[in-house]
Amino acid sequence: MVANHKEQTNKSRNILSGILFGIGFASFIDEAVFHQLLRWHHFYDKSTTEIGLISDGLFHAFSWFATIGGLFLFADLRRRKALEPLIWWGSILLGAGGFQLYDGTIQHKFMKLHQIRYVDNVFVYDLVWNVIAILMIIAGLALILSPKRRREAS
Amino acid sequence: MVHHGHHLEDLAILPQVLLGLPFILLLVLYMAAIVKTNQTHKPWPIHRTVFLCIGTTLAVISVAGPLAERALMDFRAHMAAHLFLGMLAPLLIVLAAPMTLMLRTLDISKARRITKLLKSRPIGWITNPITAAILNIGGLWLLYTTSLYSLMHEFMWLHVLVHVHIFLAGYLFTVSLIYIDPIHHRNSYLNRAIVLILSLAWHSILAKYLYAHPPVSVPTDEAQTGAMLMYYGGDLVDAAIIFILCWQWYKATKPRAAYTPSTHA
Repeated sequence: MVANHKEQTNKSRNILSGILFGIGFASFIDEAVFHQLLRWHHFYDKSTTEIGLISDGLFHAFSWFATIGGLFLFADLRRRKALEPLIWWGSILLGAGGFQLYDGTIQHKFMKLHQIRYVDNVFVYDLVWNVIAILMIIAGLALILSPKRRREAS
Repeated sequence: MVHHGHHLEDLAILPQVLLGLPFILLLVLYMAAIVKTNQTHKPWPIHRTVFLCIGTTLAVISVAGPLAERALMDFRAHMAAHLFLGMLAPLLIVLAAPMTLMLRTLDISKARRITKLLKSRPIGWITNPITAAILNIGGLWLLYTTSLYSLMHEFMWLHVLVHVHIFLAGYLFTVSLIYIDPIHHRNSYLNRAIVLILSLAWHSILAKYLYAHPPVSVPTDEAQTGAMLMYYGGDLVDAAIIFILCWQWYKATKPRAAYTPSTHA
């Protein structure tokens, strides 16, 4: 009973650490690749609404903290010898995919905060962006729920 | 030109001295305290002294000398000075643990009186992360979204007041989030993490807002570069604060089974 509870806690710790780091990592890639290297994204889009600006700022701050906090949770798992790599990697994919899907649907389309790229056929970019996000979420869930991991555990 | 019309053409010597001297005084007192305390205690850690030297230097160059003078006319220089005075210098000075050094150096009765003051309720309110964050980030919003920024360039006393506030609020904010010196009114790690995230968010929002809405009398291109400097510079200093907070949190949640008594840091 106690062991079961502990296993459950460790599992949720692995998931939390992975999701946080995944969100942070995705937003870091977004900043480094799409803002700084490709310059597809703009620092500020003139059509930005106030609520969009606030949402973007909050999410930016959260993901900045999550990047660092997620890695400290990872260190915590290792020190407790409770790291489960498959769950952890799966949760990273889940976090990164979730972030990208939120960014691609809520921030880009619903709040019209910014676009992936400032071109005419932006629909193609939106489609690729969100399909990749969904694929990451599916792959992440598959890893977390994988039967191989269950066999390892039992 | 409208935007430089009424500004002080150069920074008079008085405000430079008024703003710079306290930091030089701090440096001298800190060094004197080290000499005194090292006679009776184990040597004061070198890295803390290094933090204080860099911190006070950054603070001085942001209120006196060429950068400070340029900051009057150029928003980019102003923002660089702001990052030094309001974020980096406070962080470094906090990491230098001046309060610990002072309590260690003073004789017991004086140290007790100071500890009593630190435990008092007003100090508790002001070192509450929420109060500190409002004073810090709220002050910035007030400075850049009202005419305060251009007024500051017309009235010397306002210039001094704003700069004193920028440093003190930055220091208070850092002290309220990462506990290096003794602090009696402690907040949980989760509370501090939430305040830190919200403050970082409002700092980023203000930076992006300034990109599109330059403060009165600031030209657009300067505002844009300054805003990006504020955004990314703020991220860097905040990353250090987040790292230290998470590091302390990580140490505090050490699993009990693996607990081994460790010597004090």
